[in-house]
Amino acid sequence: MHQKTIAELSQALAQGTYSSEELTKHYLQRIKQWDTSLNSFITVCEETALASAKSADEARRQGKAGPLTGIPMAQKDIFCTNGIKTTCASKMLENFTAPYDAMVVEKLNAQGMVMLGKTNMDEFAMGSSNEHSHFGPVKNPWNLDCVPGGSSGGSAAAVAARLVPAATGTDTGGSIRQPAALCGITGIKPTYGRVSRYGMIAFASSLDQGGPMTQTAEDAALLLNAMAGFDERDSTSLDAPVPDFTADLNQPIKGLRIGLPKEYFSAGLDPAVGDVIMAAIKEYEKLGAIITEVSLPNNHLAGPAYYVIAPAECSSNLARFDGVRYGYRCKEPKNLEDLYKRSRGEGFGEEVKRRIMIGTYALSSGYYDAYYLKAQQMRRLISEDFKRVFEKVDVIMGPTYPSIAFKIGEHSKDPLEMYLSDFYTIAINLAGLPGLSIPAGFANSLPVGLQIVGPYLNDSKLLNVGHQFQQHTAWHQKIPSQFAK
Amino acid sequence: MEWETVIGLEVHVQLQTASKIFSGASTAYGALPNTQACGVDLGLPGVLPVLNANTVHMAVKFGLSVDAEIAHRSVFARKNYFYPDLPKGYQISQFELPIVGKGHLDIQLDEETVKRIGITRAHLEEDAGKSLHEDFQGMTGIDLNRAGTPLLEIVSEPDMRSANEAVAYLKTLHALVRYLEISDGNMQEGSFRCDANISMRPKGQSKLGTRAEIKNINSFRFVEKAINYEVERQIQVLESGGSIVQETRLYDSDRDETRSMRSKEEANDYRYFPDPDLLPLNIDDHFIGEIKKTLPELPHEKRQRFEKAYGLSTYDANNLVASRELAEYFETVLKESKAPAKLVVNWVMGELSAALNKESLDITTSKITASALAQLLARINDNTISGKIAKTIFEGMWLGEGDADSIIEKQGLKQITDTSAIEPIIDEVMANNPQQLAQYREGKDKLFGFFIGQVMKACAGKANPAQVNELLRKKLQQD
Repeated sequence: MHQKTIAELSQALAQGTYSSEELTKHYLQRIKQWDTSLNSFITVCEETALASAKSADEARRQGKAGPLTGIPMAQKDIFCTNGIKTTCASKMLENFTAPYDAMVVEKLNAQGMVMLGKTNMDEFAMGSSNEHSHFGPVKNPWNLDCVPGGSSGGSAAAVAARLVPAATGTDTGGSIRQPAALCGITGIKPTYGRVSRYGMIAFASSLDQGGPMTQTAEDAALLLNAMAGFDERDSTSLDAPVPDFTADLNQPIKGLRIGLPKEYFSAGLDPAVGDVIMAAIKEYEKLGAIITEVSLPNNHLAGPAYYVIAPAECSSNLARFDGVRYGYRCKEPKNLEDLYKRSRGEGFGEEVKRRIMIGTYALSSGYYDAYYLKAQQMRRLISEDFKRVFEKVDVIMGPTYPSIAFKIGEHSKDPLEMYLSDFYTIAINLAGLPGLSIPAGFANSLPVGLQIVGPYLNDSKLLNVGHQFQQHTAWHQKIPSQFAK
Repeated sequence: MEWETVIGLEVHVQLQTASKIFSGASTAYGALPNTQACGVDLGLPGVLPVLNANTVHMAVKFGLSVDAEIAHRSVFARKNYFYPDLPKGYQISQFELPIVGKGHLDIQLDEETVKRIGITRAHLEEDAGKSLHEDFQGMTGIDLNRAGTPLLEIVSEPDMRSANEAVAYLKTLHALVRYLEISDGNMQEGSFRCDANISMRPKGQSKLGTRAEIKNINSFRFVEKAINYEVERQIQVLESGGSIVQETRLYDSDRDETRSMRSKEEANDYRYFPDPDLLPLNIDDHFIGEIKKTLPELPHEKRQRFEKAYGLSTYDANNLVASRELAEYFETVLKESKAPAKLVVNWVMGELSAALNKESLDITTSKITASALAQLLARINDNTISGKIAKTIFEGMWLGEGDADSIIEKQGLKQITDTSAIEPIIDEVMANNPQQLAQYREGKDKLFGFFIGQVMKACAGKANPAQVNELLRKKLQQD
């Protein structure tokens, strides 16, 4: 069963090949069996999962099943779930249970999907290796010594090992696409505002976007159909009609104009990764796409802009975790200041504190103009680069990440080194554009992701382009041998 | 040295919306602690603010009423600081781009003097919760019912030169927000709060002195006292060779003094930046035009109309327009009684005001409605009763003994205007007082008053005084 995609499971459930309850038990069993080595889940909710599987089967009997009804999935532990712990992988929220469901949770529940649990992640979604979790690092199913990427590392590892058919992720600077790439699965960061942020614990509000992490582009389209849509509770959510994201999947891509930014293929890119990407591009050429070189001259500004804006917003967004109303509170505070300092000092991990400090500094009086305002100006330049390029090409392609998965602990001494590796993904968040990562092959036996970026609101286009590749390749079907059986 | 006082005021006006500025929770005052705070107000993880459109209407309405520029694009910003009653660790406010820009408000200082006070800006923001220190031994209670209540912060230019001017400005502003129906202006409940920036400078100097900010003064009386205290304090410091420290001070009404709260050095760095959870607020001319249509007659317009249409003095007109309800009460009485405006003013500002004050009521809780008072004044006007009798009837009405007509009827207080009824009384009085009559006729004119008094006494005050006067004079001279 676990070799199957959502599209296939949906069909099997519809045909009565097996029930949702059987399916759910199967995946719960896999989690029990394998997750001790992966650590991809923070919370597994066996009881509620079985209960929702039963109601999904009941709904099916009554003829009320939709395409996603009864299909197991997992939520990144950044989405609030009513009555089930939401920790954001932080000691700060280790015992926090939200009294409400995030919009994404509400919507997927409404489809009758079965939530198996909450996946591990970098604390408050800050990190690209999933080493920064209060609940311990997640391992890459392709090599347990390696990181799965981050911050949605738990979701990526769980889907790659087929502990769950699909999961949700969030992406502030690559947190869906990068772990998808390093674990060999498909992940899309939709256009900013497509998916409601309501109930998604904020890291950097102007960059955060939720999205699906799946085996295939088709599955991503199916999930996005359920996740996307205007939400009046999120003022930044897009009040635009939501298309059927599966409608264009089978459109031929003959004549598709693909731009390869020369800045993406320069120093810093692991040549083995570069080779895999070029082979994938060749595949697209075979399908009739037209390849041109383009330039994003301001791409080098993405890192500096991102590492001011994201920490600035996070320093304010995380101020609510103060030990006063909920979450971690230090023992026997001497006074108010002590309560704040120790609750936050003890409750947050190193990476979170580092970013809060950077952001606080960037916003402080006398530095605001030099950092925050400058970063916003750079952000506009980056957006304009993309606008110009999309006058000439339909999509941009390149590597999602400059290397394959690295060893756990390899970059822990120098956080800057890890920040610098995000430069293919962060510009997309700064511009608010949709970005998709699909498995493109292997280098040194580890997966490589191809990133496809499109113009604003062209999410369907990306899924179509990804799906066409997956119709002619089998990279997305590869399962780490250890987890295949 | 002669000193000049310079005062600028920041007023926080609570907007009277049903729900909060960024959440759907109720804003009603006085509920049990934390029963009117939803997830957004509690600052739960994952929740997001959604702007209440009513607050935008109200802010624009205010801006239009003070001739201010309305920003077509304004931005909500986060003001970051830690405090237990500030659940998110930041307050959503407006910083660089407020919704209301420069405007002005005219204040009446006396019969002739009007002073124009500049308004620097007005912006929308959310209120914080309350810290309760009293009921918890060694702990602090937090009530977040008030968190997220919409406020309009109105900042004036440093244009006021005395406590009197500051109070006049506040009263004018208070009346204005109530006219606009954007706030109930209830000062006890904190719907209208004032911070005062005060500095001194040698008379004739244009450069501003260093200011102290006095926080949270919650009555007109305290504003006056706090400013006067602060002015004295600053003059003393300056004249003894010291200098004023820029700081925030708190007014203690029990001791009638201001005390230092925090200096500039201790002040927070608020790290303002645009709130990424809220889009910039865009307002077009059509929107502004629609709101313009809903503007009521403003206090100064009403005052001018009262002076012109009813021939009232500026003083009387000013008193009447101080509140929208009072002005409406006056106009209802005037219309229904058809009595002269001056008579109505005298009754409303005289008997009625005194009665209200005595029982700490206001015009909206008056025991005598405008229609009831109109009936009473109509009876004066049509000579059914005299002004003096009317005061007795008014007392009866206040005590709930019925309306004017029924009291007149019941107690037989109807004025006697029939000559044939008054003449016999006069004859009787003259017959009973032959000595005084003789003296009067010998030229002791002063005794006229004595006869008036006797006649009025004989008829229990019911005879029309003017008629008594005329008939008596005639009769005294006749015989």
